Amino acid sequence: MSTRSIKDLTKLEPKMASGHRLCAGCAEGIIARQVLMATDKPVAVANATGCFEVSTSIYPYTSWNVPWIHTAFGNGAATCAGLEAAYQSLKKQGKITDEMRFVSFAGDGATYDIGLQALSGAMERGHHMMHVCFNNEAYMNTGIQRSSATQFGASTTTSPAGSVIPGKGEYSKDMTMVMIAHDIPYVAQASPHNWRDLIGKAEKGFECGGPAFLNVISTCPRGWRTANDSAISMAQLAVQTCVWPLYEYENGKLTLTADSERIAVGKQEKKPLMDWFSAQGRYKHLTKDKYIPLVQTLQERLDAKWERLLKLSKL
Amino acid sequence: MADLAINGDSAVALAWKQIDPDVCAAYPITPQTIIVERFSDYVADGEVNTNFVCVESEHSALTLCTASSSAGARTFTATASQGLAYMWEMLPITSAMRTPVIMAVANRALSGPININNDHSDAMAARDCGWIMIFAENVQEAYDNAVMAPRIAEHHDVQLPIMTNIDGFILTHAVERMTPLDATAVKKFVGDFKPLYPLLDWKNPVTHGVMDGPEYYYKHKYQMVEAMEQAIKVTEKVFKDFKKISGREYHLVEEYRCDDAEYVAVVLGSSYGTMKSVVDELRAEGKKVGAVMPRLYRPWPDEHMAAALGGKKGVAVLDKHAPIGAYGALFSDVCTTLIDMKNAPAVYNYIYGLGGKDAKASDFRTIFEDMMSGKAAKYNFMGVDE
Repeated sequence: MSTRSIKDLTKLEPKMASGHRLCAGCAEGIIARQVLMATDKPVAVANATGCFEVSTSIYPYTSWNVPWIHTAFGNGAATCAGLEAAYQSLKKQGKITDEMRFVSFAGDGATYDIGLQALSGAMERGHHMMHVCFNNEAYMNTGIQRSSATQFGASTTTSPAGSVIPGKGEYSKDMTMVMIAHDIPYVAQASPHNWRDLIGKAEKGFECGGPAFLNVISTCPRGWRTANDSAISMAQLAVQTCVWPLYEYENGKLTLTADSERIAVGKQEKKPLMDWFSAQGRYKHLTKDKYIPLVQTLQERLDAKWERLLKLSKL
Repeated sequence: MADLAINGDSAVALAWKQIDPDVCAAYPITPQTIIVERFSDYVADGEVNTNFVCVESEHSALTLCTASSSAGARTFTATASQGLAYMWEMLPITSAMRTPVIMAVANRALSGPININNDHSDAMAARDCGWIMIFAENVQEAYDNAVMAPRIAEHHDVQLPIMTNIDGFILTHAVERMTPLDATAVKKFVGDFKPLYPLLDWKNPVTHGVMDGPEYYYKHKYQMVEAMEQAIKVTEKVFKDFKKISGREYHLVEEYRCDDAEYVAVVLGSSYGTMKSVVDELRAEGKKVGAVMPRLYRPWPDEHMAAALGGKKGVAVLDKHAPIGAYGALFSDVCTTLIDMKNAPAVYNYIYGLGGKDAKASDFRTIFEDMMSGKAAKYNFMGVDE
C-alpha cells in the first residue's frame, strides 16, 4: 500500500496531461496517472497500439510530458525493452548518469493475445521494466471484439449474444497467473477504485529491480454498456464480486490485498456474480430466466477459482 | 591488419566489433546466425561495450532495435528470409520513425516450400519499406558495406535504416581472402552516433511514433522520400571517404567493361563476380559485352543507371527472386530508368537461381549469346526444368 497521501499526489506535476481524447468515463487515463504517480524517478513510457495510444498522441499534439514511444500493436513490451536495453548500455558506458524507470502500457489484446509473445520474452530476459495491462476485457479500440481476456458470457461484436448463443462461449485466460509462472520479481492485480493499493503496487513494480507485471481492471463504458460515471464503481464491483481479486506475488509468495484481503477474512461481503452481470449491458442477456442455470455454473466456477486463490495465498 | 581467410558472416561480425554498437538484438535464423554467434563471442570476451539482447522473435528483434535507436543508442541486428518476413510489420515503422538501425540481411529464399538456400526473395519483398539497401559481391564488400553503413544511415540528411545484403551461404559461409581495416581507423571513420531527439533525454521529453491523420501522414511520407533521395549523395560521399582509408573504390552503380559494350547484363550480389568472368571470356572472343551491378539498390540510383545503360543495344536484367504474376523487381526498376531514354536499349528479364539453384557461367554466357543473336525473349526463366 502506498504511503503517499492524496495531498502529496495533488502536488505532483502530471506526466500525462489532461485534454486527451479517451472516451468519457474511460478508466485508462485514471490508471495511467496513478501508475505514473508511483515513481519520482524520470520515467519513459512505451505504448502498444490501442485506445490509449491513439487517444494521447494524435499529431501534432501530444498528451505526454515524459518520453513516450509507440511502434506497433503486438510489441509493447519489446518496445519498452528496447528503451531499457539502450538505457542499460548507455548507462554502463557513462553516457547517461540519471537513474530512470520504464513502463509499457497495453490493453488486454496487446497483452493476452497479440502481445503475449513479446511480453513473455521481455519478462524472461529480465529487463528492468513494468508492463501494465489496461484490462477492459475486449478489443475496444477496434469496436468491441472479443479477446482472450473477455469473460464467459460477455456480448461483444464478434461474440454477440444471439437467440441461441449467450455471448462469448469460452473462459478468459488467467494472464496474471501466466506472468507469475514467469518467476519474475513482481506481479500484481489492481483496480483504480483503490488508488492507494494500485499506486503501492506500481511503486513495488518500479523498484523491484527487474521485470514486473501489473494487471489492472479498466472499465470501458462503450464496451461494457455502462454509464459514463461508472468507471470507478464498476472496477470496485469487479473486486467485490471476486471477478477481479486484488493480490500481489513477490518472493514466491502470493498475498491478497485491500478489499480482497478483507473479503477473505470475512470483513467484507462477497457480492454475487449476478450483481456484476446485471450492472452491465454486455451481460444483460444473462439476466433472463433461461440463463439461470448458466449463471449458477459461472458462479460455481468463480467460487472455485476464488477458493484456489485463497489456498495459494496461504502457501 | 593482415589479410584474413574469413567467411562473410564472420567478416560482418568483425566490422561490428570494430564499430562497437551500443545495442544489438537478434534472433537465430540461418544463414545469418553466425554473425550474431561471432558477435556474442566478442561480447562474452568483453571486447565490445554492446548490450547484446537475445530476443524471442524477429518481430521483437526489430522492435527492440527501433526503440533502442529511438532512445539514442547505435543499434544493429541481422536476419534472413523468414526472419525478415516476420519483421515485415516493423520494417516501414523503423524507417518512418527515422531510426537508423543497421541490419545485415543474409539473403535466402522465402518459404514455401521451405528452402534454406540463397536467392533474393527476402530482400525484394522488403524493398519498398523505406530502408536503404546495399548489396555485396564478395566477402570483402560484405565487410566494407558493414563499415560504411552507419555513416550512410545516421547522416542527419538521411536518418533512415539500412540493410546490408549478402548472399546467403555463397557469401555468408564461403571463406575468402579479405583485407580488414585497423579497428582504430574504423572507429574514426564511423564516428559517434548523434541522434537528434533521443528519447532518453528525459529533460527534453519527446513523443515518438505518433498517430497521423491523412494530411500529416502524407507529409511525413514525403519527408521520407526526400530523405531517401539524400541517401544518393551521402552514399557517394561515404564511398569517397572510404576509399581514403581503404584504397578500395566503390560506386553506386558498378560497371565492368561497359564503355564500348553493346550488350550488358545487370545483376545483384555475388552473381556479379560470375558475370564479370563471363564478360572476360566473351571479350576474349571479341564480343562487346559488359556487366553492371547497382551496389546501392534503394534508393534506386536512376541517373547512374541511365549513364551505365544509355547507348547499349541490349540489356539483360537478372532477377534472383520469384515474381509470380509480374516481372522481376530489378527488371521493373531498370525499365523505369529506360522509359524516357531516347534510343533506349532492348531489355530482357531473366529469372534465375531460385532457392539456391546453381547459376552457372555457361548459363550467363547463353544470356549474352541470346541477346546478340536476337533470340532473347522479354521474359525468360533460366535453368528451370519444365
